[in-house]
Amino acid sequence: MRRPSRASVFSGLAVVAGLFALAVWLQTLRDGRYALETSDEETLYLSQRATGRVIFTQRPLASDLYWIRAIQYYGSRTKDAKERFDDALDPPPALAEKAPVTFDLLYPLLDITTTLDPRFNIAYRFGAIFLSETYPHGPGRPDQAVALLEKGLAVMPDKWQYWQDIGFVYYWNVHDYAKAADAFKRGAAITGAPWWMQSLAASTLARGGDRSASRLLWQQMYDSANNDYARNAARTKLQQLDAIEIIERLQQVVDEIVRRTGGQVTDWRPLIRAGTIRGIPLDPAGVPYELSSSSRVQLSSHSPLFPLPIEPGSRSGA
Amino acid sequence: MRSLGWIAMNGFRESVRDKVLYNLVAFAILLMGTSYVLGQLTAGQDLKIMKDLGLSAMSIFGLFMAVFIGIGLVSKEVERRSIYNLMAKPIRRYEVVLGKYAGLVLTLAVNVTIMTAALYLVLAYVGWGENESARAAREAPTLDPALLKAVVLILVQLMVVTAIATFFSTFSTPILSAALTFGFYVAGYFSADLRNFDQVVDAKAVQWGARALYYVLPNLAPFDVTAQVVHGLPVSAGYMAVTIGYGLVYIAILLIGGALIFARRDFK
Repeated sequence: MRRPSRASVFSGLAVVAGLFALAVWLQTLRDGRYALETSDEETLYLSQRATGRVIFTQRPLASDLYWIRAIQYYGSRTKDAKERFDDALDPPPALAEKAPVTFDLLYPLLDITTTLDPRFNIAYRFGAIFLSETYPHGPGRPDQAVALLEKGLAVMPDKWQYWQDIGFVYYWNVHDYAKAADAFKRGAAITGAPWWMQSLAASTLARGGDRSASRLLWQQMYDSANNDYARNAARTKLQQLDAIEIIERLQQVVDEIVRRTGGQVTDWRPLIRAGTIRGIPLDPAGVPYELSSSSRVQLSSHSPLFPLPIEPGSRSGA
Repeated sequence: MRSLGWIAMNGFRESVRDKVLYNLVAFAILLMGTSYVLGQLTAGQDLKIMKDLGLSAMSIFGLFMAVFIGIGLVSKEVERRSIYNLMAKPIRRYEVVLGKYAGLVLTLAVNVTIMTAALYLVLAYVGWGENESARAAREAPTLDPALLKAVVLILVQLMVVTAIATFFSTFSTPILSAALTFGFYVAGYFSADLRNFDQVVDAKAVQWGARALYYVLPNLAPFDVTAQVVHGLPVSAGYMAVTIGYGLVYIAILLIGGALIFARRDFK
């Protein structure tokens, strides 16, 4: 093995210097002509949190982990909240100083997920559903749901689906039909948006709060859902609307019996014996409806549809 | 040239003998295990997460192989005194450095190729029987050929890291080489921050110093296009060509530098 001469070492160094110049030129070329898309939001948490430095090289994977954590958090909190919802010892959330089960970490988890991966489509859409659901199905924070979707729109302004979701939150959770219609209209203006977005805008303005308008909204959500979770969520809402309608019809029958007999009806058997109904009525999920001591027809707390949502129309009319 | 190939093949055989390829078994088990679990946990995001996980695992497993084998490539020969046997043969010193490097790159390439095949197999299994609406909803196809772009850039990035480890291995101890290589790896991911130093510091000298460091240190972040590929965003041929070109130039700088240092070293 021979050692190189001084001349060959110098020529080697000259080659290294030349290659460095080439490397600088390639860096400048890539930065100038082939720069990849980035988001300003990307540094929101990472610059403030030391943990951000640990996961710096694997951001997509870190966003996945945060997403799984968000789902687990939402699932466990919802389960706890539902279990305690009927607990007589727990004050209802409206009276309690703080809801018995809180969802404080849900928005930060979703925010970090979408900061680490600003194009995590499902995190915006499902995240908005999670955040906007009323207690005990969620924290009932439509403001945070809209903020999350707006963050998504800042990165992907061509996503008409986010405008659909924003309109939905304004319609169903905030009951602000003008804002809902505006959101549907803005979504409809995006190239590639389906024709029915314009119809949604029109029917929301004309029949805001109307049950048929609510049904139309959820039916569109069900038909356009491209995954099982969104489809099931829409199906549950449609079933809840069906359940409300059935309760109203049953209540008319029960009220008529109460008026005729002058006593309370707390059991379905008198109605079945009288031939008014053919059997114990079941809700769309297959669980029997219940009668309260004051003859009110109500959904069983064991039903997966429980508790029923407060309809936009009934709240605004109240 | 023949001796360079001979050293490379010996290096490859040595890594196979060291059970380095067991890494692949761990990778396959990791992917298959997660494919069963993720579908239940991720609200329909199993394919995205599997792609993220597959590409990240390739990068992380490869990094550890590149660093921990790379740092011993030359220094181990010196420590074991087997360098004297090599020096007695009609081999040029730079051929030792290049041959050792080529052997490890071959090992990494075989690893990455098999890992890629395993990833595609698991994706095919998960996507098998998927209905039309679910397929249409995906941002990128299940068996997306664009994944190969990310794989190629991961391999080039690992080649750069191997070149850094080999460079330090020519004059330093394995522990110091490992620390320096990891340091360069970390710095390589933050070098974009150096470019933007003028936004946080007013002093011109510091700004110029930071800008110079940005060009001198290896910029490893551009080799990571996982997010783009997984979301079905375009990664242009021009971007690929410039990034690969940059990687190869940087590798050449490090190998020439390493060969020069190794050539001047006194083993007495």
